[in-house]
Amino acid sequence: MTEDTIAGLAGAVRTGARTATEICQRALAQLDATEPSLHAFNTVAADRALARAAAIDRHPARWKQAPLAGVPIALKDNLCTRGLRTTASSRILDTFVPPYDATVVERLEAAGAVVVGKTNCDEFAMGSSNENSAYGPARNPWALDRTPGGSSGGSAAAGAAGIAPAARGSDTGGSIPQPAAICGVVGLKPTYGRVSRYGLIAFASSLDQIGPFTRTVRDAALVLSAIAGHDPMDATSEAEPVPPYADALTGDVRGARIGVPRGLVGAGVDREVAQAFDEALASLADRGARLVDVELPHAPYAIPVYYLVATAEASSNLARYDGVRYGMRTPPAAGAGPDLPAMYASTRAQGFGPEVKRRIMLGTYVLSAGYYDAYYLKAQQVRTLILRDYDRAFERVDAVAMPTTPTPAFRLGEHAADPLQMYLGDVFTVSANLAGLPALSVPCGFTAGGLPIGLQLIGRRHDESTLLRVADAYERGTAWWTHRPPIATR
Amino acid sequence: MSFEAVIGLEIHAHLRTASKIFCGCSASFGAPPNTQVCPVCLGLPGALPVLNRAAVDAAVQAALALSCSVHETSVFARKNYFYPDLPKGYQISQYERPLATGGVVELGAGAAARRIGITRVHLEEDAGKSLHAGFADSDRKTYVDYNRSGVPLIEIVTEPDLRSPADAAELFARLRAILVWLGVNDGNMEEGSLRCDANVSVRPAGAPALGTKTEVKNLNSFRFLQKALEHEIARQIELVSAGRRVVQETRLFDAASGRTISMRSKEEAHDYRYFPEPDLPPLVVDAARLERIREAMPELPDARRARLAERYALSEHDAAQLTQSRAAADYFEEAIAAGAPAKLAGHWMMGELARALKEAGDDIAASRVGARALAELLALLDAGTISGSMAKTVFATMYASGRPAGEIVAAEGLAQIDDERQIVALVAEALALHADAVAQYRGGKAGAFGFLVGQVMKAARGKANPARVNALLRKALEPGP
Repeated sequence: MTEDTIAGLAGAVRTGARTATEICQRALAQLDATEPSLHAFNTVAADRALARAAAIDRHPARWKQAPLAGVPIALKDNLCTRGLRTTASSRILDTFVPPYDATVVERLEAAGAVVVGKTNCDEFAMGSSNENSAYGPARNPWALDRTPGGSSGGSAAAGAAGIAPAARGSDTGGSIPQPAAICGVVGLKPTYGRVSRYGLIAFASSLDQIGPFTRTVRDAALVLSAIAGHDPMDATSEAEPVPPYADALTGDVRGARIGVPRGLVGAGVDREVAQAFDEALASLADRGARLVDVELPHAPYAIPVYYLVATAEASSNLARYDGVRYGMRTPPAAGAGPDLPAMYASTRAQGFGPEVKRRIMLGTYVLSAGYYDAYYLKAQQVRTLILRDYDRAFERVDAVAMPTTPTPAFRLGEHAADPLQMYLGDVFTVSANLAGLPALSVPCGFTAGGLPIGLQLIGRRHDESTLLRVADAYERGTAWWTHRPPIATR
Repeated sequence: MSFEAVIGLEIHAHLRTASKIFCGCSASFGAPPNTQVCPVCLGLPGALPVLNRAAVDAAVQAALALSCSVHETSVFARKNYFYPDLPKGYQISQYERPLATGGVVELGAGAAARRIGITRVHLEEDAGKSLHAGFADSDRKTYVDYNRSGVPLIEIVTEPDLRSPADAAELFARLRAILVWLGVNDGNMEEGSLRCDANVSVRPAGAPALGTKTEVKNLNSFRFLQKALEHEIARQIELVSAGRRVVQETRLFDAASGRTISMRSKEEAHDYRYFPEPDLPPLVVDAARLERIREAMPELPDARRARLAERYALSEHDAAQLTQSRAAADYFEEAIAAGAPAKLAGHWMMGELARALKEAGDDIAASRVGARALAELLALLDAGTISGSMAKTVFATMYASGRPAGEIVAAEGLAQIDDERQIVALVAEALALHADAVAQYRGGKAGAFGFLVGQVMKAARGKANPARVNALLRKALEPGP
């Protein structure tokens, strides 16, 4: 199972070489075996998954063309699943069972995928370490005392631990590439608008995007093909046709121009990460890619801009969790009065964790009368400058490369006292969200201590194909992707 | 010191679309609570809005009818506040870049005309409805019905150009008439499909600076609007005259007492934290679409009034009466197209038809005597087949039975006797029977003539053409040559 890829599994199910049920049982067994130490799942949907697998096995003819036939998949717990608890790792949604499926869930199931469970993440996807989950953090399969990253930590961990060859994450500020890198899997954040957000519990609407965690670049292309494309339920999803991503996987990077923002990736990057990055660039150059220096002068402002835009939108997006219609409702504290504001205050005080509250307060402040121009508007202007930096770079290069993260996975609790320090770890990933650009992280080495390192490629809008082509060619020339954490082979 | 009031209105009007503004749920009124809801209009986690094009078209029609400039690009914004009937914790509205700005509505005519500026027209969604009463546990609980959540609205904001409560009420009525005329709003204020808030301040007459304003909310009839403003203006004048200050605040009109009461002060006012709605791209209404919408619009009330007055030589008053609603104007022109003489049709619509509709409580669009049926009746009257009084009787039968005029006239033998020989015979008969009256008349008692006319009509069972009876009777009574 652990060496299985989506392409291999779906092929085996389509030809009848393996059954969806057997594959599902093995995934669930691996999940059971690893879950006590990984804590990657908020909800396991074993019965539902087995019933679904059995349904596929009953009518094999229906799934002859299905690209994900019988492939176990783990969904980040901020994607709505009809009849299956969806919490966003928040106490306030602890009991929430959506009456509808997110569009990506519909598309994955239509492609033959079998949902095995809902993965742990930072509460409302706010965090870079999974420590902001109301259910406690998921753990890094390579080092259980370390973070699997965030916010999609559980998805990356589930992928790395060989539970599900496909996991679905969402990404607002690096939440796919970052955990992919530090868990040693491939993570792809598509162009904003490429994948429908309908049914994704919103964190920051102008930044959120959904994408896959997979073992291989080819698998990422397969999953993206299944979920990309216009959705009439999401007004921000784009009508741009979906190219056949697998066709991009030629193994040939000759002539590809790879931009390297040397000014950005100099200081503050861990020595081993910097070394792995340089080796990855050399490997690409060896295979015929051309390395070109590029400038992204406004990229250093990405973190502050991100924390203004994202928190502003979050403060509004999270207003609906008021205890009135669904989710948690807490009666007002004694003496707080029987009135409505007291119920709101009590519900939200107990329902949200500290990081979510911090961001709601920050975002509320940012949008307040008298501060809007100085903060939100200014941030949006700088956001435009960051986008222009990339536009200029893409006049000369086909993709921009940088380390996905400045350091390998840090220890759980390491940044607990200083959220700002943790925010700074997202320096390489958030600019792709701000600019709405596709970003892909592919494993590019390990530290001496055995922690994975990721190479990030950022592309032009709607040019996932180039990222996939370059990453696939790189992957073919390396063996990093074949490395498995001990827990995956247990 | 004399004071002047300065008034501006904010009108919220539901748009008559089949579905809600951001989802496919029915926007109709009156369904059982919470039966017209979905993840989008309930604000469930992950649900997203998608704009209803029909709502945009309706809003653009309204904006054009108010002579506004419709902007090619407008932007939706979130208005953030907490309330149980607002499921997302924000209302999707438009703020910095509304759909349309810079319109005007004219009240009155000639020297007394007042131009009232329309500041803006923007699109937004309605909230649900909090039900504070009507349940066994209403003393402890409030229920919420989300059927109304997401029903499309336009907000029309006027300039502070109004100077009297009567003008404010007239403007509100005019706006209602225009929206209903366009068919974009049903005009039903009891069901809340048209609501009005008023901003009002007072200042010494002629002073250039504005006084401190208050906002009076939820004025759901023309009369309430006028009464609320009258009270509020008097209250403010009293304060200012006593040397006290008007507090900027939101006030509610209490219809029972006829007073306005304080709801919240400026200090308690919400900071709505508006920002562009990231879930919706900017709304683009390009020139081609604008033209399509303009072409699909009905002729507007003022234009139609002028045209009818000119074309059918109607008085100002009659033309205004006949264009009070689009249905009335349509009725009028349909009757004319079916052959009714214009003056007669107008006269009958404002007379018999209006009376019958009022008695039956019918709208003219649902009149039991349609325009063609009325035209048939008026043709019989115009041709002299029936008399004017007979026509009224026939009309009453038509309204009660729905039968056409010709059929009633034929079946009940009501056609007018117009034939000279028949009338001469009737006259001769009457003269023979009432020789005494003839003698009186000839003896100089003019009143006897009326008696004899009555006798002829009686013998004709009222069907004889009165003008002919008059003429032939007079001829018969003349002294012989």
